[in-house]
Amino acid sequence: MEKTVNQKAWFLVLPVLLLVAFSAVIPLMTVVNYSVQDTFGNNQFFWAGLEWFKEMLESDRMWDALGRQLMFSGIILAIEIPLGIFVALNMPKSGFWSSFCLVLMSLPLLIPWNVVGTIWQIFGRVDIGLLGYTLDALGINYNYTQDILAAWITIIVMDVWHWTSLVALLAFAGLKSIPDAYYQAAKIDQASRWKVFRFIELPKMMGVLMIAILLRFMDSFMIYTEPFVVTGGGPGNATTLLSIDLVKMALGQFDLGPAAAFSLMYFLVILLVSWVFYTVMTNLDKKGM
Amino acid sequence: MTDAATIPGNMTADGSNARKRFKVNTSAIVMGLYLLFLLLPIYWLLNMSLKTNTEILNDFTLWPRDLTFANYATILTDASWYMGYVNSLIYVTMNTVISLAVALPAAYAFSRYHFLGDKHLFFWLLTNRMAPPAVFALPFFQLYSSVGLFDTHIAVALAHCLFNVPLAVWILEGFMRGVPKEIDETAYIDGYSFGTFFVKIFTPLIASGIGVAAFFCFMFSWVELLLSRTLTTVDAKPIAAIMTRTQGASGIDWGVLAAAGILTIVPGALVIYFVRNYIAKGFALGRV
Repeated sequence: MEKTVNQKAWFLVLPVLLLVAFSAVIPLMTVVNYSVQDTFGNNQFFWAGLEWFKEMLESDRMWDALGRQLMFSGIILAIEIPLGIFVALNMPKSGFWSSFCLVLMSLPLLIPWNVVGTIWQIFGRVDIGLLGYTLDALGINYNYTQDILAAWITIIVMDVWHWTSLVALLAFAGLKSIPDAYYQAAKIDQASRWKVFRFIELPKMMGVLMIAILLRFMDSFMIYTEPFVVTGGGPGNATTLLSIDLVKMALGQFDLGPAAAFSLMYFLVILLVSWVFYTVMTNLDKKGM
Repeated sequence: MTDAATIPGNMTADGSNARKRFKVNTSAIVMGLYLLFLLLPIYWLLNMSLKTNTEILNDFTLWPRDLTFANYATILTDASWYMGYVNSLIYVTMNTVISLAVALPAAYAFSRYHFLGDKHLFFWLLTNRMAPPAVFALPFFQLYSSVGLFDTHIAVALAHCLFNVPLAVWILEGFMRGVPKEIDETAYIDGYSFGTFFVKIFTPLIASGIGVAAFFCFMFSWVELLLSRTLTTVDAKPIAAIMTRTQGASGIDWGVLAAAGILTIVPGALVIYFVRNYIAKGFALGRV
């Protein structure tokens, strides 16, 4: 649609601007403030320059958390994207069963995040949880509070359970937008099922898949509540992801300076990826996908 | 699952019939397994919520032998429990109303006009959707404490605007782009002012968009815990936070915990049916 230039449109945007400025810019400035100052308590602050940034960049703590975070995001993307596409390909295209699947699949997405954690915490318990009990009965040693591998598997399976439906829903929406004519042409050419997927469905889904990948990357990158409820970051620090570490530092130990420096660098990474997200999306919009 | 048979392009040639039937069956099996995987943990929570604590801890049973609704009764009669739901519903509703009220005009501006810095503003809004709540937890705590709003519903509602306003703007903008601009122009020629046009003509046209945006604001405010827990202590404490507190107590009351969990799933489950066809569009920020 052709848009006209109208500077008065700013007035329509003003309320949003003020509200978001209040709830984003002011808090962010507080963080910036803390990141360059040191305190001895009693609200006495003095200038510390870039000291905290240097300290955080040199500390293993942040790099370890970042490493774990990247591993977590990488693994869940590698599972959720193909699985989501696979599920979408197998979904009924219309009618009662389609709605039935859509509603049931959306269920995990609407559960409060700490309840998701609670569900899996209970589900995996050896004494009262179905999963833990079954694994135990099969003779598999499974204890997510003590075994690092079990803890990782639990939080990854939990995330796959929680969010694969999102990828599937988006992929399904992409699939539904493909006109019948494409399939008929493929039929005439006697294209195999794989070729139909590779040359028709996948390219047509690219737009929504991009959104799915980037949304899942973002949200997994700031995940906090679910793994915190299940493992509390443990055993040791094995599942302490970036947000868990940050909250520990800021609200637990009240190390304001380092936590603020940490926050800003964390946010910067997110900002960078958001920019990629935005560019890719607006380019796809322009192509009319 | 006969509906699965209506895969486009599969309506010719008798020879493919056998393969078609086979394909339908595998699809049904895949979906069946996937839904089983999704529902099993939820079923287990439901199962636990209907058992007594003795049965939970002593007998491992796949369904409640000794069916009881006592856990639900505990929650629904104890004010310290059910006020959690009331608090959550209050701030979630406030947040949805505020988000939509400011997002509607802004989305209209973005969908219809070019203005100085529009692209940058749009991107800046998106970055707030992507901002980790953990980064904002402490500053929010200090900001709302200093203005005397700590432990009030409005504080949580405003804090959640951080990610819900951008979301609402994006979703609504997506829906508004689908409304032809000629409608606006005709209305202005007919002598409608902007206000009456917007309320009387435009709003009904994007009613489904508003519904979807409201649903997503409701949902993301409902599922968020980190900020709502940080900003409240007693008066506005959300149900999700009350649950975690109970977990910390010495003897955990598993039955009540499970019942509380099930009750938090209910609001989402009730409204999802109405937005089932738009849910993908909402998650994609109006971009499908």
